[in-house]
Amino acid sequence: MKKKQVMSLLLTGAMAATMFAGCGTKKESAKSKGPSVYYLNFKPEADKEWKKLAKEYEKETGVPVTVKTAASGEYETTLKSEMAKSEAPTLFQVNGPVGLNSWKDYCYDLKDSEIHKHLTSDSFELKEGNKVSGIAYVIESYGIIVNKTLLAKAGYKVEDINSFDSLKKIADDIQSRKDELGVKGAFTSAGMDGSSDWRFKTHLANLPIYYEYKDDNKTDAKKIKGKYLDNYKKVFDLYITDSTCDPADLSTKTGDDSEGEFLKNEAVFYQNGSWEYSNLSKKFNDDELQMIPIYFGVDDENEGLATGTENYWCVNKNSSKEDIKATLDFMNWCVTSDKGTKAMSEKMGFTIPFDTAEESPNVFVKQDAQYTESGKTPVSWNFTTMPSEEWKNTLGSALTAYAAKTGKWDEVKEAFVDNWATEKKLASAK
Amino acid sequence: MVGKSLKKWWPVFVLPTFIAFVIGFLWPFIWGIYLSFCRFSTVNDVEFVGFDNYKKLLDPVFNQNFGHAFWLTVLFAFLSTVLINVFGFLVALALTGKFKGVNTFRTVFFMPNLIGGIVLGYIWNTLVNGLLVSFGTHLTLKTSGVAGFWGLTTLLLWQQIGYMMIIYIAGLNNVSPDLIEAAKIDGANSWQTLIKVKLPMIMPSITICTFLTLTNGFKLFDQNLALTAGEPKKMTELLALNIYNTYYGRAGRVWMGLGQAKAVIFFILVVAIALIQLRFTTRRETQA
Repeated sequence: MKKKQVMSLLLTGAMAATMFAGCGTKKESAKSKGPSVYYLNFKPEADKEWKKLAKEYEKETGVPVTVKTAASGEYETTLKSEMAKSEAPTLFQVNGPVGLNSWKDYCYDLKDSEIHKHLTSDSFELKEGNKVSGIAYVIESYGIIVNKTLLAKAGYKVEDINSFDSLKKIADDIQSRKDELGVKGAFTSAGMDGSSDWRFKTHLANLPIYYEYKDDNKTDAKKIKGKYLDNYKKVFDLYITDSTCDPADLSTKTGDDSEGEFLKNEAVFYQNGSWEYSNLSKKFNDDELQMIPIYFGVDDENEGLATGTENYWCVNKNSSKEDIKATLDFMNWCVTSDKGTKAMSEKMGFTIPFDTAEESPNVFVKQDAQYTESGKTPVSWNFTTMPSEEWKNTLGSALTAYAAKTGKWDEVKEAFVDNWATEKKLASAK
Repeated sequence: MVGKSLKKWWPVFVLPTFIAFVIGFLWPFIWGIYLSFCRFSTVNDVEFVGFDNYKKLLDPVFNQNFGHAFWLTVLFAFLSTVLINVFGFLVALALTGKFKGVNTFRTVFFMPNLIGGIVLGYIWNTLVNGLLVSFGTHLTLKTSGVAGFWGLTTLLLWQQIGYMMIIYIAGLNNVSPDLIEAAKIDGANSWQTLIKVKLPMIMPSITICTFLTLTNGFKLFDQNLALTAGEPKKMTELLALNIYNTYYGRAGRVWMGLGQAKAVIFFILVVAIALIQLRFTTRRETQA
């Protein structure tokens, strides 16, 4: 009798233990080993490479580095919940001044850090007063990626495109002869699904802001006039009419759809950035690809690629001292060691703004340098001053509705101009 | 003997679940109510602000579409409750008859329940949009608020009818054959038997089913997120998604406490409606 009771107690105990075992194991192993690094990565396309690099680092130094990547468009959400955990990220990212606003109390001052000394220019710091809260670790460019082979087949050279008008003329011509050329359209589908709509509600929307700031000599504004929204409309119209699909179907098209079309030679033009190089280089040779500026019909002669950053590294102030040190060491190792710089430049295709950087084999990065050398002015990334994610989303909805003809362009304007003021006010709300 | 060992051993049976309940539900719940009075950007570093969050909810600038989401959710919950229960009951009635393959049919109807909401949402999204596009309607779930709303209703119906059907079948099978026979002898036709005998006898099932569907309708989140994500322009954003977007979708310390305050109001609403419904339906339960 007694034996039976003991047995059953043991069994229930064992059952209960297995229930809790699942939650416990991971943390213990991380804690017992001393300092560790936990990097919450923003870039899904570089996820694999970061994990590999983390393993290399652990092999070399014995300090465990955990890399987690948030799904596209989910970084803030993931960061918010991860930061509340006892094992919070020691290294995280903000996307610029607006993002910093919500995380400034968590940022460790990087002024005296080793990595800060290697930074090539002050403009890559994210400052808050005298405190260096973030350090940009990658410089990127975006524009319109051209499939040169297809363009040649249509009878044009890249040099023929030097303004919005010539771009439109060529795109219209390709679109009208699409069957003869064996393509589905001039531009890849301007998908408005969450995996793709940032190309238009954020990156393309940067251009009207850039030109307006430039006119007014500003770097940020509480209100925006929307002076160049007509140009924005023209470019977006071009994207959705000279496209692989009916504009009404864009709301369901994803980023993969668009990339797939370009990879399958179904479209000649593809608006995206230098980060796409690792995906495109699997299929295309370097001399088949060219990135051209998104000619906006304002100052086409001088416009270069849009080059800047929205990736700033921040170190979590609330981590333990050893973890902070381990994190700083890891960051420094990434941008100074042979393995680190090689992985970042060659495997991830980044241009890193540090004096130790290796030359990147990324053809788009090289083309950006060529444009700058030939006297073009790179378009700066002003979308880091966009008031909020909500502003972008509202603009995205309005663009989707406009493309599907269920909404009017006036609604896009409203989402751009009126909502800018509203959201800027909300962003500074206490 | 049974009573004695139960007295001795009850902790073994109750404690694991109870502890899980406290950790996974009770504690977060109390903490959540406290957070609605706070301003914070992570939940372990908060500043108490009193009723400020609730006051802000009255300000249209801050409430972020809360009113629209509120009424849409009420409409959605009632509509889906009625439709799911009516169809669930009809299917149950059809499948309590004696014919070949009745079990197969029951399984087929129940199956959608085995798939998680988020997966269903994405699958239906692709399916319905594919269909709409191939018909050349130039209308997708994300470009029309009305289409999105009905898409969501259809999805929920498809998912939940089977589950409610099982409960109704169990209820119908439990109606004593004596009663039905007695009704037959008294000369009741099948319609009268259904209304006067079967329906009153399965009132407990109806209570459970309406309770489940009503609360599910109010709490709907996964399907909403996956199917329409509130598009176009938040026209199809239900309360749970609205709370999520307020809490997670915005940068800055103001928003999270505000989202939490919305969640507390949401909780009170769901509890109030569920209690009213329980009282309303249990009153009609009869004993044979």
